[in-house]
Amino acid sequence: MNRLSWFNVTSLTLGFAFLYLPMVILVLYSFNESKLVTVWAGFSTKWYGELLQNEAFLDAAWVTIKVAVLSSTFATVLGTMAAYVLVRGGRFLGRTLFSGMIYAPLVMPEVITGLSLLLLFIGIGLDRGVLTIVLAHTTFSMCYVSVVVSSRLMTFDRSLEEAALDLGCSSFDAFRLVTLPIIAPAVISGWLLAFTLSLDDLVIASFTAGPSATTLPIKIFSAVRLGVSPEINALSTIMIGIVTVGVISASLISKRNSLRQQRDEQAAARTA
Amino acid sequence: MAETVFAPWDDPNEKPLIRFQNVTKRFGEFVAIDDLTLDIFEKEFFALLGPSGCGKTTMMRMLAGFETVSEGSIELAGQDIAAVPPNKRAVNMMFQSYALFPHLSVYENIAFGLRRGNMPKHDLDARVTEMLKLTRLEKFARRKPHQISGGQRQRVALARSLAKAPKLLLLDEPLGALDAKLRQATQFELMDIQEKTGTTFVIVTHDQEEAMTVASRVAVMDEGRVMQVATPERIYEAPESVYVADFIGDVNIVSGQSTPMGEDRYHISWTEGQQPLVAASDRPFTDGQSCHLAVRPEKIAISAERPPNVDNAVQGTVLDIAYLGNLSTYYVELPGGQIIKSQTANTRRISRRSFTWEDTVWVSWTATAGVLLAQ
Repeated sequence: MNRLSWFNVTSLTLGFAFLYLPMVILVLYSFNESKLVTVWAGFSTKWYGELLQNEAFLDAAWVTIKVAVLSSTFATVLGTMAAYVLVRGGRFLGRTLFSGMIYAPLVMPEVITGLSLLLLFIGIGLDRGVLTIVLAHTTFSMCYVSVVVSSRLMTFDRSLEEAALDLGCSSFDAFRLVTLPIIAPAVISGWLLAFTLSLDDLVIASFTAGPSATTLPIKIFSAVRLGVSPEINALSTIMIGIVTVGVISASLISKRNSLRQQRDEQAAARTA
Repeated sequence: MAETVFAPWDDPNEKPLIRFQNVTKRFGEFVAIDDLTLDIFEKEFFALLGPSGCGKTTMMRMLAGFETVSEGSIELAGQDIAAVPPNKRAVNMMFQSYALFPHLSVYENIAFGLRRGNMPKHDLDARVTEMLKLTRLEKFARRKPHQISGGQRQRVALARSLAKAPKLLLLDEPLGALDAKLRQATQFELMDIQEKTGTTFVIVTHDQEEAMTVASRVAVMDEGRVMQVATPERIYEAPESVYVADFIGDVNIVSGQSTPMGEDRYHISWTEGQQPLVAASDRPFTDGQSCHLAVRPEKIAISAERPPNVDNAVQGTVLDIAYLGNLSTYYVELPGGQIIKSQTANTRRISRRSFTWEDTVWVSWTATAGVLLAQ
């Protein structure tokens, strides 16, 4: 193993400090006894306790999770269907146009997406609340799912589907029994991506949320405008913790799977 | 002992299982299959042989239902199958990539087609077990495809496509991914399984040895057309065109003009200042018609002295020797620059070899050794 040179050590330190210093400060201050954010007054977990008493935050958290689960599920279904048609549908009139259009929301400024959705909801007289946020989030996260799933479908061996048809499947059964189980990892990561996007979206949610339903990012943003409270630090720390656990376990699982695959293949080669 | 030879294609009363009738297939401007007519009979092991891009895979995909026919019709057991989707055809296919379902075990892969047909659990189990036994995979039933070797995967693919007892089994380059030794063993296994199950097999291959070994009949294809359909022996011994003669095995082609000598014998003048060659042919040739004499290298003898009483003998010099271990091929240059390949078995040790480079030798063959071809 090569030892790191002083240059490499410096780059690493600077880079990671740049990335993580703000978060470290946030986590540290969430355990601050003092109500003043900038003054350290000893270790305490009281803000976590206070947070659990705060009805408004808990409500917002509940709405956020509900919206994220529903919208990412809808987006996954629609995005997977779109990806399947665009990759597998063969040539049809306007295919290039469609595949261009499905990716347009990726580059569209969020403000415009939010505004246009707001106008639409007002236009059709839909009361703003959980439903409108779910619809809005489905709209903008669907294209991300579609990108993830279609890149998997492009490397998918088409003869697997043909084999399923050949063995008596209808096209739908071939998709359900063969294609879907095989592309499942991509579909799941598409879902997770949509879920994360929905969790931390502020712009589109603030256009489409109404008085009856507020998401956590909106709540935090408006609370911070009145001054940063240690409660918000505590809340953010919890969110960082959840994300960290999620990322680490996902990478451990995929690492273990690839190791197992490798071992199986070696064993198969030996018994051949 | 009177044994009936399996040759339904010679029996005018026999009904073909598959009938291609003036089939044309176009992909845009490109003609993949060009007005093709072909019959394949029940219990045949039929090989479609040709270079890549000759249309053999397209023919197979039309049989499986993955491609539609542009013109003409394909009949399976007397029924036009143009409108029948792949999942309703009594045809199964073994894919070149095997296309095993990676998320299912070997057992479930084989059971996949049977489950679609709502087979009762007990029958299904019996059938899968039978297939596992036929392909010697009993020990691997619980494994996933990535946990077995290439040869085993090939057998799973075969078992899966045979499980539904199709009328017709299509094999797309089934042995392409196996190494040479395993391929040979598997060829005999395929023939054995084909005989045991009595299924009609249609195999697509670009490997002529494979086609010759396994097939009851071979169709040699080129650019969307069938050049010749015959048994392996006929294809080898009696090719109908220079293309077929050249595609299958090694061959010497001498071009010239024919002169009929009576009794199916012809003289072929092939180069200035040389005796014309003598060849026998059932096919008639007119005086002065240009023709090609195709003679296999193993039917040409090489000797130091002019052999007596032989129809054709020409003197030349040894240009090159290809030593293959069991065989040697001598490249002999004749006057006028024509090169003749003569192949002999190396029955003696190499140090006792009679000829070496630059030696003057005689190559000779009989009038019936070769085939006279018009094109």
